Amino acid sequence: MKFTVLVHEGPYNHQAADTAYNFTKAAIAKGHEIVRIFFYHDGVYNITNQAEPPQDDRDIYKRWSDIAKDNGIDTVACIAASKRRGINDKYMVEGTRISGLGQLADAVIGSERLVTFG
Amino acid sequence: MLHTVNKSPYTHSTLAECSKVATPGSSILLIEDGVFAVQAGGAKVVDLNEIMKDKTVYALEPDIKARGISKVCEGVKVIGYDGFVDLAVESKSHAWV
Amino acid sequence: MNDDDVKKIMFIMRQAPHGTIYSYEGLETILVFGAFEQEMSMAFIGDGIFAAVKGQDTEGIGIKGFIKTYGVLEDYGVDHMYVDKESMEERGLTPEDFVVDVEVVSAAEIGRIMEEQHATIPY
Repeated sequence: MKFTVLVHEGPYNHQAADTAYNFTKAAIAKGHEIVRIFFYHDGVYNITNQAEPPQDDRDIYKRWSDIAKDNGIDTVACIAASKRRGINDKYMVEGTRISGLGQLADAVIGSERLVTFG
Repeated sequence: MLHTVNKSPYTHSTLAECSKVATPGSSILLIEDGVFAVQAGGAKVVDLNEIMKDKTVYALEPDIKARGISKVCEGVKVIGYDGFVDLAVESKSHAWV
Repeated sequence: MNDDDVKKIMFIMRQAPHGTIYSYEGLETILVFGAFEQEMSMAFIGDGIFAAVKGQDTEGIGIKGFIKTYGVLEDYGVDHMYVDKESMEERGLTPEDFVVDVEVVSAAEIGRIMEEQHATIPY
């Protein structure tokens, strides 16, 4: 089944980024297709390359980068929300990109399921 | 329809609002801080038994374990991320964030 | 556009305005979805209904208000704006307190309408 995953909160401060990741991993393992992962609101902080989390904890940024690259998932941060928060093309982890809200609309319309985490 | 709730019923009205809106036959999945609702013997700020009269209540096991909840209210179905995916396949979902 | 391509999308507004950005950024989403010519609706539940009440003056808090945006949503393809009756009454409001014409319905009715949607998005 075709899923879109929408993440509304930033990393660490909220568990949403962790639950979204665990859900996405489980969905892929079951053979479902993730059409797009879209980050909105503070969620755009999930894919910055400027963070250095402590080594004894999970690296949320790297996890998103790896899951995007390993599975060819289009992983997008909203440009309007990013600009507001100081994120741009230069500050994004590998395998992710920045684009407009139209990419959310397009994914929602083209997927059978939208699952939101916030 | 699947409704997910990730806020504690002790600090947020999320579960109360969700359970008013959710239609009979729908499912409510408690995740993250939402799982505090399933602690057996807790003050009934939201009555799970009332909700379970016409809806199914699920709770995410990793979140229950992470929070040291030892006794889960009877009738609540405990599932993992795999089960979450299956529920999200069975029906559309809405997140009460 | 073929009718089969038109999907029902509902925005569930539960967050109060100004204290957090969810409601404001939610409206930005709706304006963009408008270009995709889908069948859109909004439901205001809980504190979300505060976002659409008349008389908001944000000058003193230095935050750009967005109350005027509600007036154009119909042009962007939002066909229905539902308000949960109980949430409205609990907060001492009446249908005349909103900046646009709203349909006051029960929570159960909102739940029934949610079931008809292709997708629902929370703000």
